[in-house]
Amino acid sequence: MRRILKDETMSARLHAGLGAIAFAAAFLAFGTPGFSQGENTGSSEAVEGHHAPERQSWSFYGPFGKYDQAQLQRGFKVYKDVCSNCHSINDIAFRNLADPGGPGFSEAQVKALAETYKVKDGPNDAGEMYERPGRPSDHIPPPFPNKQAAIAALGAAPPDMSVLAKARAISRGFPYFITDAFVQYQEAGPDYIYALLTGYTKDDDPNWNAIFPGHHIAMPKPLADGQVEYTDGTPQTLPQYAKDISAFLMWAAEPKLEERKEIGFRVFIFLIVFATLLYFVKKRIWAGLHDEAAHAHP
Amino acid sequence: MSGHSTYIPKSDLARWFESRLPIIGLIHSSFIVFPNPRNLNYWWTFGGILAFMLMSQIVTGVVLVMHYTPETTLAFDSVEHIMRDVNYGWLLRYAHANGASMFFIAVYIHMFRGFYYGSYKAPREVLWLLGVVIYLLMMATGFMGYVLPWGQMSFWGATVITSLFSAIPVVGNSITTWLWGGYSVDNATLNRFFSLHYLLPFMILGVVILHIWALHVAGPGNPVGVEKKSPKDTLAFHPYFTVKDGFALVCFLIFYAWFVFYIPNFLGDADNYIEANPLQTPVHIVPEWYYLPFYAILRSIPSKLGGVIAMFGAIVLFAFLPWLDRSPVRSGNYRPVFKIFFWIFVAVTLALGYIGSQPPEGNMVLYGQLLTAYYFIFFLVILPLIGLFETPLPLPASIAESVLSPVKPPAAPAAATSSAEH
Repeated sequence: MRRILKDETMSARLHAGLGAIAFAAAFLAFGTPGFSQGENTGSSEAVEGHHAPERQSWSFYGPFGKYDQAQLQRGFKVYKDVCSNCHSINDIAFRNLADPGGPGFSEAQVKALAETYKVKDGPNDAGEMYERPGRPSDHIPPPFPNKQAAIAALGAAPPDMSVLAKARAISRGFPYFITDAFVQYQEAGPDYIYALLTGYTKDDDPNWNAIFPGHHIAMPKPLADGQVEYTDGTPQTLPQYAKDISAFLMWAAEPKLEERKEIGFRVFIFLIVFATLLYFVKKRIWAGLHDEAAHAHP
Repeated sequence: MSGHSTYIPKSDLARWFESRLPIIGLIHSSFIVFPNPRNLNYWWTFGGILAFMLMSQIVTGVVLVMHYTPETTLAFDSVEHIMRDVNYGWLLRYAHANGASMFFIAVYIHMFRGFYYGSYKAPREVLWLLGVVIYLLMMATGFMGYVLPWGQMSFWGATVITSLFSAIPVVGNSITTWLWGGYSVDNATLNRFFSLHYLLPFMILGVVILHIWALHVAGPGNPVGVEKKSPKDTLAFHPYFTVKDGFALVCFLIFYAWFVFYIPNFLGDADNYIEANPLQTPVHIVPEWYYLPFYAILRSIPSKLGGVIAMFGAIVLFAFLPWLDRSPVRSGNYRPVFKIFFWIFVAVTLALGYIGSQPPEGNMVLYGQLLTAYYFIFFLVILPLIGLFETPLPLPASIAESVLSPVKPPAAPAAATSSAEH
């Protein structure tokens, strides 16, 4: 945990430094810096002048980022107890919950979990569709059979959550969209979801949200303190739920993140060593060429 | 230049084969003993990098096609299937999607290098024109490839760009309908874009072969822009340039790997992770970054037809460079006035790219129009005028002289040993 915090501070510093340079360049180029020209620019109501969600500290941030298994398990519980009443997560099969780099449920747990669901299958030999208990290979069944059913029940179709954490972003404005590449900021999605879930700040209006464009969101405040029971002693607070579900949704959207970053690091070591060797070979092959030509030239 | 082959087959089998198809001799004369100017700098390594990127895109693309489904209700899910269930599918897809961006980064550096060093001037006009054809094919390929995942930006980007053709008087709407294969972007559109996205890279490969052929007729240009005159001006392609290009390529791959493994979605749009929905328009429709300067030019002209003409004109102008730039001196290093306007032009295209990414509101529109004006004035007025009035700096007598410290007194050959490695 300490390492992550340190990374955060360093990246924040780097961010600020690069940001300042880029900002100065923007100022020179345009006179008026194109700062935070987001979708929310027009809204004057945004809390305390902050348009963009704050950056959170995530265990999966950075080149050595990994998911926190316990957090993903808690996040799945939030999904199962709350979100799944309205939101599908069609790309996730029960078996994925036991995949490496995921929530790390055991095969037996996944099997038991799948069996608690009813899955429609068929047609059977008599030509009829039938229901059977779920298997690990089944995808998690959606709450509504189709979009129309969801609209009929809720007034609007809630988005599928499979890649939601990659489908939401925040406009970063001129300097940051460049510096983000250097500090590997790829967590705009979970930052947005966290800010959204903790952004229901008007007690008299459950559909008012600080972060949602236009501030009126069809989904009323979905989470509250104490709503989901945690058995591992983690605080049962709204910010904690929001954090855990955001992390879970990031995993759902990017289940190969750990594998990707691990392989990436090895690829980097290989390429840097290879480039270094090539550099010296090149130097050796080209050495003395200019002298030789000089001798031949006079 | 390329001359007849100096390849001598070493075995009976090689001799037998060479007398029937002299392809080994062709490769030998093109990529082993080919005399390259000895003063090429690292800006000249991007040709090799581009050849690598083309092959890498073709290889990753061919494998992706084995798992992708070009049908509107299945395409988006099939991409997620690749990301989740195909072995290393995430790597293939991220390498391919980011590879397109790397291809464009490399091609822009390659084009601006050619621009700065006057690589399009006689006798290399055809070489340059073939390059413009490759660039146009790349734009079409990249555009159609972006449609395939069938996300919101895929769909709406395709709708916006294909609708541009409806600006053509009289036949515009018919052409758009013909392109779509229907009355809107739909399954027929996706299918034909998929077909063409698979076809065009092989057309690019064909034109690349012509491009390299034309390159080997005149030989590459070089940073001083003086033609090679004696063997002292050149070095054999192998090992000197194979190792130099190889080193540059691996450095480029480090840059590429940073994107693929650490920030794979940095260059993409979050909206493209939402499945295409013809009933819901995204707040801002933005094309991929490599089209942004042209998108800004399109939006700077208040009339639709005018915008389309300006956008395509901005690209086509590159083909006229050999005749717009009248200066007899090739290299920007010896052109003090050109150099200044060239770098302003580079800054203007970058700024246009930024403006293209922003909603067309407030000052952005005005800035876009001013920069668009500079873009065209630079090509059509400034560049031809500089060629007439500029006084170029004195050129070195030969490539060799430019590399070997030119101010060295001729009486001190011993001092040559201390000259630093270039």
